[in-house]
Amino acid sequence: MPVLEIKNLHAKVAGTDKQILKGVDLTMNKGEIHAIMGKNGSGKSTLCQVIAGRETYEVTEGDILFNGQSILEMSAEERAREGVFLAFQYPVEIPGVSTSYFLKAAVNAIRVHRGEPELDAVAFIKLVKEKQKMLGIQESFMNRAVNEGFSGGEKKRNEVFQLAVVNPLLGLLDETDSGLDIDALKVVADGINRLHEQDAERSWLVVTHYQRLLNYIVPDIVHVMIDGRIVKTGDKTLALELEDKGYDWVEKQTAAVGV
Amino acid sequence: MPTAEREIETLANQEYKWGFVSDIEADEAPMGLNEEIVRFISHKKGEPQWMLDWRLKAYRHWLTMAEPHHWGKLHYGTIDYQQTIYYSAPKPKLKSMDEVDPELLAIYEKLGVPVHEQKALLGVEEPKVAVDAVFDSVSVTTTYQNKLAEKGIIFCSFGEAVREHPELVQKYLGSVVPYSDNFYATLNSAVFTDGSFVYIPKGVKCPMELSTYFRINAKNTGQFERTLIIADEGATVSYLEGCTAPQRDENQLHAAVVELIALDNATIKYSTVQNWYPGDAEGKGGIYNFVTKRGKAFTNSKITWTQVETGSAITWKYPSCILQGDNSVGEFYSVALTNKKQQADTGTKMIHIGKNTRSTIVSKGISAGNGQNTYRGLVKVLPGAANARNYTQCDSLLIGDQCGAHTEPYIEIRNQTAKCEHEASTSKIGEDQLFYCKTRGIALEDAINMIVSGFCKEVFRELPMEFAVEAQKLLGVSLEGSVG
Repeated sequence: MPVLEIKNLHAKVAGTDKQILKGVDLTMNKGEIHAIMGKNGSGKSTLCQVIAGRETYEVTEGDILFNGQSILEMSAEERAREGVFLAFQYPVEIPGVSTSYFLKAAVNAIRVHRGEPELDAVAFIKLVKEKQKMLGIQESFMNRAVNEGFSGGEKKRNEVFQLAVVNPLLGLLDETDSGLDIDALKVVADGINRLHEQDAERSWLVVTHYQRLLNYIVPDIVHVMIDGRIVKTGDKTLALELEDKGYDWVEKQTAAVGV
Repeated sequence: MPTAEREIETLANQEYKWGFVSDIEADEAPMGLNEEIVRFISHKKGEPQWMLDWRLKAYRHWLTMAEPHHWGKLHYGTIDYQQTIYYSAPKPKLKSMDEVDPELLAIYEKLGVPVHEQKALLGVEEPKVAVDAVFDSVSVTTTYQNKLAEKGIIFCSFGEAVREHPELVQKYLGSVVPYSDNFYATLNSAVFTDGSFVYIPKGVKCPMELSTYFRINAKNTGQFERTLIIADEGATVSYLEGCTAPQRDENQLHAAVVELIALDNATIKYSTVQNWYPGDAEGKGGIYNFVTKRGKAFTNSKITWTQVETGSAITWKYPSCILQGDNSVGEFYSVALTNKKQQADTGTKMIHIGKNTRSTIVSKGISAGNGQNTYRGLVKVLPGAANARNYTQCDSLLIGDQCGAHTEPYIEIRNQTAKCEHEASTSKIGEDQLFYCKTRGIALEDAINMIVSGFCKEVFRELPMEFAVEAQKLLGVSLEGSVG
């Protein structure tokens, strides 16, 4: 059974007529890394947020199946507890709330949902240390307020770190590479690769508009998104071809076949 | 938990948990206010002539005053002062004066207030809190009085202080808030019934938190308590105040006066968690809370006001510091939350008189539902207050789009060397913050509580530990149902 199956998904900005997703089809199997590439405004980020359950978008047609079950009726927190994790393009600051408190609440909400006992402070710190070691993250975000005053690189590392602690089945990485210099990008990509090696069951949907990230995170499948649809799907060489020929090349191709 | 179940739970929890009415037989004054009522109260309390004279002076002055309706950002109908009962005391059922009615104690237990002294056992920790429990117009019990007396500390009801320690009461009563101060303080001076009295002798550090728990129970009754705290030279005390009231359709009046006196090198920390019944979603019922709180700080002394205001239909309250002595310090930390149709107009006054006086104001206003929240503050530096410093931070948080937040800071500087800083911010709990929390599996209500607690952190850390936890829970309860 595919981990994620998106069928003819249409979505608009809630309360408006602004249609952003215009029939997305996508199937991901367990353990696969998929990349979605596309220009700004093509609908990549919207797709991530709709999968994660953001209520500012309204699904008007189609379905999203997660492990064979439709999740459209589920709230964002229920989807998270089922194993969907969205790493934000622009991680949000929560002043006065320590990352430690925030993350412990997240881990325990998910554990309670699974019928597991909540972690106490000692067990939680052990988990955190273990993940920090695995990711090679030196700094401690734990005593700082969530994302407050973090640099761009710190925010993205914090997203990957949170993902590691929460341990989801599906990681959605929304332009995790944006705003990072090459060193910061490597750190983040290394972290993701380690997580991928450690758990072959986990699937990844990586959204980016640069091929650059895909030098470090090698996808199994690459999709190209234009104007709210996936217009081309291929293997990792498609990303290189795109880099070489540009998005116009795909646009012309799809125009020719009348997609 | 399935969504439907959660919603039901939320609905169930939304009720004001402290809204129960206790069926206690009461000894009441006739409804209304006149000179006879003032005499009645004084007589009931067995007061000496000087106390009655002071009350009558206040009452006669009050008759010449007009209710202040023009400057506060508060809207409410005319209060009929003749429709209130000014004295209500639970009838004593026991023969011995030393015994407390177990029914009354049970009410406090239901409210979670520790009114029984724990038996001191070998190796057991010292008690942390001593409690004075005030029920409508009278104090029903005060714990650990004897233990405190060993250090010369006086902690008793105001009525007892008038009888047992008249020299202290006469010296300090009205020395910070004169009987003619303002409409509500003057009313209080005429009809106050009970409250707490604290005296910490020279150089003594009070070994436990002192606490008063106010409960309004009787219908149509106003509560007019009077609290007087004196920290003698070099003394230190931390005092907590909590309050609740039953859920009733009529508005009830609460007009208290608190006076703090910090003599040279003394420290007073006064914390309030105010949770009077706020009224229902339509704005029916709820306590009108008109309170005058002020402290006078002498040389090198320090007064800290910390308040968490979540209840009451109307809150009108400006705990202030008169920084009389050189190097004295005044602090005000406040969280005020208005939900449903609640209105709060609250803040502080810092009056810098002495040299090198310092004040800090941190105000956090949270507005949800149809709540209206105003910060109103005055920083006044008089000509003699060389090198006075003030730092004010005033933050507002909005939840939803039907509420309001307002800031009215007044700054009057009459000395060139003074330095005042004022910072203000207004923010909204963003959909993006909530979505971020939700994508981590955190439920909406928990996310809101977390964001609000984070917003209030600088104030909560000023509260004594046990109170901080309570306050945080209380904010959560008060906010339930505020986001649909």
